[in-house]
Amino acid sequence: MGENIYVGTRKGLFVLGRNGSGWDIVETKFLGEPVSAVFADGGVTLAALDLGHFGPKLWRREGDGDWLEVKTPAFPAKPEDAVDDPHPWSVGRIWNFTPAGSNGALWAGTMPGGLFRSDDGGVTWSLNEPLWRMPERLKWMGVAGGEQPGLSSVLVDPSNPKTLTLGISCAGVWQTKDEGNTWTNIGAGFDNEYMPPDQRHDPIAQDIHQLAHCKAHPNVIWCQHHSKIYRSTDHGHTWAPLDNAKPSGFGFAVVAHPTDPETAWFVPAIKDEQRFPVDAKVVVSRTRDGGETFEVIGRGLPDRHAYDLVYRHALDIDNTGERLAFGSTSGGLWVSEDGGENWSAPDCRLPPVACVRFALS
Amino acid sequence: MPTVHFTNQLARFVDAPTVSVEGATLGEILDCVFWDNPQLRGYILDDQGAVRQHVAVFVDGVQLKDRSNLSGGVTAEAEIHIFQALSGG
Repeated sequence: MGENIYVGTRKGLFVLGRNGSGWDIVETKFLGEPVSAVFADGGVTLAALDLGHFGPKLWRREGDGDWLEVKTPAFPAKPEDAVDDPHPWSVGRIWNFTPAGSNGALWAGTMPGGLFRSDDGGVTWSLNEPLWRMPERLKWMGVAGGEQPGLSSVLVDPSNPKTLTLGISCAGVWQTKDEGNTWTNIGAGFDNEYMPPDQRHDPIAQDIHQLAHCKAHPNVIWCQHHSKIYRSTDHGHTWAPLDNAKPSGFGFAVVAHPTDPETAWFVPAIKDEQRFPVDAKVVVSRTRDGGETFEVIGRGLPDRHAYDLVYRHALDIDNTGERLAFGSTSGGLWVSEDGGENWSAPDCRLPPVACVRFALS
Repeated sequence: MPTVHFTNQLARFVDAPTVSVEGATLGEILDCVFWDNPQLRGYILDDQGAVRQHVAVFVDGVQLKDRSNLSGGVTAEAEIHIFQALSGG
């Protein structure tokens, strides 16, 4: 199972496996349906569907068994006095799954910003009520063409799974040290340049596209922010802009090296309204010195007439830090076995890609 | 008894045969349907029990306007159709 890549697209789930020296599709599922998030850890596989008419749905498979629909995470009844709540008390999209650090436990981030937990490998889910019922949540803003905030990133501290750090578009960085009972909005140093001047530095007004941490040094967190790339070395409390990013600092996805806190990868694009690769050339941007300098790499990626955009969850790295994969809005899919230097494309033309995940081994 | 017909598109995900059930309001009728077929509920209603934004409900040919109010009365012979609203690509 560690040798599979799961690709969720606008028209189904595609599972890739090793084929000699390359990768090939070995399984298709949910053809025709939008897959918004996927998770696989060798024992349990989850696929979240984002059905245009019939709402979000969650499917689950144990081992090589059959896919079964399980109950979708759902909000409790909206209180009658919550009439001024700007956000729907109804899950619009399941956006990501993250292991919670104990056996079978998972977190799911959603739109409109609800955080859900499962303690049974994804069969049942419950809302983290302290986060959702905070008065400050009413200040969260919508994202991604919708009215709803999006909980894009869930980082679980490997050394202390009670510490979680969330990235939310647009609500900044939120952290708990007691497994979700109390939450604090952290993040000094950000500058959200599309906000009014007096709110640009407000931690709650930050458009966090994606967070990634170094698993061996979880105090080091990388942030692909809407405005630019940032890095924190104090577990998200303060952030320094990485102004040397090239060819641009705009993008959605980031992954961190699992053991080297100085190394991370990004897939940049022209900011902001255009949102396609600089010079119509798909590249990966890598830093290996903590963000002081960036290398533009990507031998094998399309280098002309390429308009691929890579979404938040469409770039992933495996536990070795050597193998990366990403997919694009144009249906491109590329895999690197050498830290991003060289890339190969499996023989397929996929629908627009929403998420790419390696099976956790 | 009122009769409820569902779009065939649901068959890709969940059984949704035409059924006749007791009920004086749309809400009561749907509760009855979902009692027997709980998986179907989330395809038609959102977390708060409102009809999903891209699902269309017709009662005797008249489309439901207020998605969160299912308390309107229906006749004993009502024909209820639940379709998908056109969208997507």
